[in-house]
This record gives sequence, structure tokens and C-alpha cells, in this order.
Amino acid sequence: MCGIVGLHLKNPDLQPRLGELLTQMLEAMTTRGPDSAGIAVYADRDPAPAGNEAGPGPGQPGQHSQPGQELRYSLRSDETIDWDLLAKRIAAETGRDLRVEPLGSDSAVFVSSAAETSFLAAVRRAAPQVTVPGFGRSMVVVKDVGAPAAICARYGIPGWGGYQGIGHTRMATESAVTTAHSHPFAPAADLALVHNGSFSNYATVRGRLARQGIRCDTDNDSEVAARLVAARMAEGADLADGLRAVLKEMDGFFTLLVTTRTQFAVIRDSFACKPAVIAETPDYVAMASEYHALAGLPGITGARVFEPMPEEIHVWSR
Amino acid sequence: MEPVILSCAELSTREINAALAALPDGASARVLEPRGRHNLAVGLSNRARIDIEGNAGYFIGGLGDGPDVVVHGFTGWSVGENLQAGSVRVEGNASECAGASSRGGTIVIEGDASSRAGISLKGGTILVGGNVGHMSGFMAQAGVMLIGGDAGDALGDSLYEAVIYVAGTIASLGSDARIEELTESDVRAVKALAELGGASFGHVQPENVTRVASARGLYNFDALKDQKY
Repeated sequence: MCGIVGLHLKNPDLQPRLGELLTQMLEAMTTRGPDSAGIAVYADRDPAPAGNEAGPGPGQPGQHSQPGQELRYSLRSDETIDWDLLAKRIAAETGRDLRVEPLGSDSAVFVSSAAETSFLAAVRRAAPQVTVPGFGRSMVVVKDVGAPAAICARYGIPGWGGYQGIGHTRMATESAVTTAHSHPFAPAADLALVHNGSFSNYATVRGRLARQGIRCDTDNDSEVAARLVAARMAEGADLADGLRAVLKEMDGFFTLLVTTRTQFAVIRDSFACKPAVIAETPDYVAMASEYHALAGLPGITGARVFEPMPEEIHVWSR
Repeated sequence: MEPVILSCAELSTREINAALAALPDGASARVLEPRGRHNLAVGLSNRARIDIEGNAGYFIGGLGDGPDVVVHGFTGWSVGENLQAGSVRVEGNASECAGASSRGGTIVIEGDASSRAGISLKGGTILVGGNVGHMSGFMAQAGVMLIGGDAGDALGDSLYEAVIYVAGTIASLGSDARIEELTESDVRAVKALAELGGASFGHVQPENVTRVASARGLYNFDALKDQKY
């Protein structure tokens, strides 16, 4: 069992409350998996208003970023680290200035306009103990071992604003309980995936991806699904097609909630073995493993509440 | 006698269930603000009337042996699971596995039920006013289901002696399930079931339902079947 939650806001007035609502939803799912938890939050950080941005085109979510574009890297280290010193080394190595936004004692967000591959390589060289749970133009990812309430409080998630967020609370079945094995898995810019269930053929798919040069950071089954979606999207697939690839190539039980910079998508396996409830109002789309995670949302009594059917792909875009 | 009022906003599930179990026969209780709470009104053996005033979670009214539980909202998975006697009525929709393994009593879903409704039914009665999802009636051993709407794929897969009546369409039958001719006694049974179900079953025409039962082809292991073993 695991618990997954997500909130995709349509009404901008709710954006200051995103972190608060997401925290409350995730805490309600603690009983489904108390061993580790994580969250991905998307906020408009560019000066340009969201409505004026170009739609998905060459800079499609999940694909490599444009050269010169600022990306936000969520960094995490279990060992004590001097983030400012690390920032100087990475800036020197990539030849690009970078800004540091502290995030609790063990994490930081680095904002850099360096190319994604050169930034990630610089981190690996400068500080191999530092992991990058996620990166993108809009997305910040935090995850940790422990209960959702403690993790959300430690990073101050209730105070975070944003237009979309997803969360996961884990009861490990397929791999170890560590920060790296926690969800979300966010292997490409602004792409995040949370999974309730278990895949059975993930080693086979992981091998297939490895032969295409795609490497997993962990031995976790859900990471393979995230890498598969990212690989298909890098080839030009849209999010729905990326999820169709999971249906086609991966065996097992899954309810997946997957987000990009502009999209929010839910899919269940062919037997709908794992639960999923969606609530939609004019103000938001909310998804959770169980209804009681949604019960505290504003206007929930007037929401259209439904369960996605097996193999249906539900996508919302902003 | 005035109903006992219990609020989920103030009480734990154990406190609510203990208070419900202490009700004398003929008493009634209202459970307020369920907000998706699991395991409400579980394991009760009194003859009480319990109204759950909103949307509830998993296993509502499960293991009941006598009470009449009404949910004024929708429920999560496994409503009325393992019901022995009494009734559970859901005025909205129910999620997966409604009435799973129930041995007796009546479960009424006025809206739709999701997949695996009546899975492993062992003698109870399940009435669904709307549609049911895939694999409903899976391995149902005894008892009866009336589906007022349409049935999803693999209806009645590996059925034993339970009988399923469907007023709408059937997406597909499961392995070893078959459509049988409707007899006069079936029509009488469906009429009584629709009346028991109430207004949400007013559209059911007893003489026009489809009867699904076991072809009994899986009852005995056939060692020579297709010479595949």
C-alpha cells in the first residue's frame, strides 16, 4: 500500500494555499504508508505571466530545456554540506552564475542557466554524495524517510504556494526504505511521477532502457516507469502517449499520478487493482488514493467525484 | 426514541463503533461528518438503525449481523463486506468490491457500483440500481444480485451457485458464466428484489432482465481437456 495525492489548481486565487492543502491531503494518507514521503510543487517563477507563455512546442515538458534557460535543481545531501561553497564550484565548472535558495538543513535549490547535462555532471563531480531529486523550470521536489507530517513541517511545505503539486507516502514493497527510493521520481525537467502499486517486469524494462543508454539511480520499480515515460517524451511523445507506453510495456498493479509543467495525469492498470478518486470543481482537480484525503478541500461537497476506470488516461492541462 | 448523535469530527472510529454496538435493539443513531472515514458501523449485531450522514470510506457496515445501515452519500471499497444479516443501503455510488463475501442480509446501492461488486458472494443479496464495473460476481458461490443498469466486462467469472440478473447490457461474460432462460419464478424473484430495492429500481422490468448463472464447466477438473495438461 502507498498513498498518493495531487492538486491541480484552475483558480489562481487558491495558489497561495497549495502547500497547505497538499500537506493536509498527504497527512490524511499516512495510514497507507508511513515509511517515507515526498512532494513535487510547481509554481510560476518566470517574470512572464503563465497565460502569455507559448504552448508545448519544441520546449515540451519532459524534453531537454532550451539553452540559457534557468532551471531550478532540488539538491539533497544526508551529509552536512556547505551549499554556498558547492554553488561556487558548480558555477565555476559550468561557467554560469547560480543562485542558492536554502531548503531545510539537508537540501537546497540551485537556480542555474547552465545546460542540464553539464549542471548534473558538475554536481556528480563536485559532490558525489549530493542527489538531485528533481529539476525544472517550475518544479521543486523534496522527499525523505519518515512520516508525511514531519517531512512537510520540516521543509515548511504548508507555506509554499504554487499552481500544482503531487505527493506520495510510501509503504515499501519492492525496494529499500531510503530517501532515494521515495517518490516522487522526477527524471526529466518538470516531470514527476508518484505510484501506488508494484510492477512485476521492471527489471526487464530497466534492462531495455539501459541498452538505450538510460540509467536508473535506484533499483526501485516505480523509477523504471518514470524513466520510461521520460524516455518516450524525450522522443516526442506527449504525456498521454508516455503513459500508454507504461500500459503496454509494464506488467503489474498501478495507479500513477504524473505531472509536467503544464499537465496533470492519472492512469490505472487494466484491473484497477489500486484505488483512485478524482474530484473536480471549477477551482481545481484533486486526486487521491482515498476520498478522505479530499474531504477537507474547499468546495468539495459540490465537486464532481469519480473513479477513473481501468486503462483510462485522464489528463488536465493549464 | 430520539436517535443518538455521534460526530466523526469529535470521536474516533473505535469510539463510534463502541457507541453503536451498545445501542439496544430498536434504537437509532446518526453518524455525522463521516468525511470518508473507514470502518464505520462495523461488526454490529444489534437490530439498530444507523444513518451515516455523508460520504464514507471503506468497509462501511461490514460484518454486520442485524443492523440496518443507511449511507446518505457515497462509499469507498467493500461496503457491507462479509455481511451476515441486516441491511446496508447506499444512496449514492459505491466503490469496488461492494458486498464482498457477504453471507446474508441485503446490500442496496442506489447509484453505481464499481468493479468486483459481489465478489465471492456467499449468500447475501446485492441490489445495484445503476451500473457495475468489471469482474462483478467473480466466484460468487451463493446468493443473488440484481443490476439495474449495465454490467462491465467478465461478469460472473467462475460463478458457482449465485444468480445474477441484469436489466441493462452486459459488456462481456466471464469464464464459465452463461445466459440462461428466464423462468416465471425468476420474474417473480426479480419483481420482489426490485421492490426491496425501492425507487431506484422502478425502471427494472422483471420480465426483461437477463439471467446469468454458472455453466458449471469448471466444477470438475477435466484432465483430458484439449490434451493441454
